[in-house]
Amino acid sequence: MRGTSAQAAHWALRSARELTPAGLLLATLVGLWELWVRLNGTQPYILPAPTRIWDAFLQTRGTLPDHIVTTMSEAMLGLAIAAGAGILLAAAIAVSPLLRRILYPVLVLSQNIPLVVMAPLLIVWLGFGMAPKIVIVALIGVFPICISTSEGLLGADREMIDLVRGMGGRTWATLRYVRIPAAVPAFFGGLKIASAYAVLGAVIGEWVGASSGLGIFITRAQASFRVDRVFVAVIIVALISIALFAAVQLAARLASPWLYIRQNDE
Amino acid sequence: MSDASPVVTPAIQITGVTHVFRGKGRELAVLDNVSLDLPTGGFVSLVGPSGCGKSTLLRILAGLLAPDQGSAAVAGVSTLLRPGLVSYMPQKDLLLPWRRALANATLGAEVGGAPPAQARARAAALFERFGLAGFERSWPAQLSGGMRQRLALLRTFLISRPVLLLDEPFGALDAITRREMHTWLQQVLRDDERPGEAVRSVLFVTHDIEEALLLSDRVVVMSPRPGRVVAEVSVAFARPRSASLVVSAEFVALKATLLAALERR
Ligand SMILES: Nc1ncnc2c1ncn2[C@@H]1O[C@H](COP(=O)(O)OP(=O)(O)OP(=O)(O)O)[C@@H](O)[C@H]1O
Ligand SMILES: [Mg+2]
Repeated sequence: MRGTSAQAAHWALRSARELTPAGLLLATLVGLWELWVRLNGTQPYILPAPTRIWDAFLQTRGTLPDHIVTTMSEAMLGLAIAAGAGILLAAAIAVSPLLRRILYPVLVLSQNIPLVVMAPLLIVWLGFGMAPKIVIVALIGVFPICISTSEGLLGADREMIDLVRGMGGRTWATLRYVRIPAAVPAFFGGLKIASAYAVLGAVIGEWVGASSGLGIFITRAQASFRVDRVFVAVIIVALISIALFAAVQLAARLASPWLYIRQNDE
Repeated sequence: MSDASPVVTPAIQITGVTHVFRGKGRELAVLDNVSLDLPTGGFVSLVGPSGCGKSTLLRILAGLLAPDQGSAAVAGVSTLLRPGLVSYMPQKDLLLPWRRALANATLGAEVGGAPPAQARARAAALFERFGLAGFERSWPAQLSGGMRQRLALLRTFLISRPVLLLDEPFGALDAITRREMHTWLQQVLRDDERPGEAVRSVLFVTHDIEEALLLSDRVVVMSPRPGRVVAEVSVAFARPRSASLVVSAEFVALKATLLAALERR
């Protein structure tokens, strides 16, 4: 276990160095924005200055955490359901050509129902709570996860499958020793795409109707022309999205260490 | 035949195997009426030009491919589309990239239902022997070509079946390591003869005539595609055989016979 913490420190340092140029660019843009608003005397309900957005953040600090928890829970639960359902559907597609022919068109079709139509309907069916938002996130996420996982399962090396069959392994053994491990990176590829849209999906759901969450926070802020608060919420949504994406990325690394040998240099 | 002499079932019996690969509008005759017997405990090498169907024959014996005609049996049991009766080492090492070296070695045992801990202990004990000590936790991508091949061979050895099918197991090794492996393989096969367990019989595919002569009781020569058996040469040198055997007059004579058979076609 030599130097796990040293490794972590090294990793943190490297990511910090990698992020520096982007950070500098962002800081410059924010500075220019502040300058622009001050010089032109732009009204805050048109475009609030960064400092004003910061003030709005400080004012809403008390109520924000509840909204954040709601939105994050919806996003994460929805992702978890998408992952579970995506894996099950992918397995069905991988083991049965008939199921594949049935499920593929349905899945593609499901991606073509506009969310703006879906969201109000789901709220009518499931109420104003977290349930309809979780369903929306799951609906968005299940497609990339299922498609990518099933391709991983089906695309496994034929000769490796034959190797296990040659050892006397049946369908289950080929799944366990070859197809499933071969599909792990593909699954995480799908999960990454799903996670990038998860928070947005939850927010859109809340936007249509909710009692808690960043989406309803935005609706209320807009209704009272508090554009600064809208910005606060948007920034938080972006930060949560990034955090979720990074968490999935980390999980992918942990679950498929053989793909990161050179980087780990272990 | 009297009652006292039991009927000896060969370890491998291939009779009249013919196979044609059919693609889109293309037919490729690969094996043409191949017959071959391998006695229990025997070591038979299969040599022949590239593409003559050696690997295909092994895949048929491993139960992974059904030939168009003919039969193949291991210890009297038909292996056609019945995988799992032999220890088969394919030509490519086919190490699973998501398993560390030790876990790759135990794959066959695990597929066969052996308890993983026991399989690991058995495999770990052999790592030294196979020149892989210290690399138990390496990923296949971190091993050299020769090490990968030795690991694949170890994996094959750990599948306890009485018949070994080895498809060019030393193909990726340099001449020096190859020679070491020859000595070592003979030793391993001798040590392997434990009372109570059936002796291993080996069918060995190679391009290297010296290797074939050094290791085998019999060398079978195949023609270019479609592969037929064109010659069989018995090799009667006493065992254990040393590397210096290759310069002896008898050895050189046998080598000339084999080369002639390969060239005659
Ligand atoms: N699955 C397959 N489908 C179609 N053709 C195949 C298939 N497998 C092998 N062949 C063809 O059959 C022929 C024999 O292949 P095989 O691998 O048995 O040769 P080999 O004697 O082992 O050659 P080498 O010494 O180069 O390994 C080749 O021409 C190859 O292209
Ligand atoms: Mg071959």
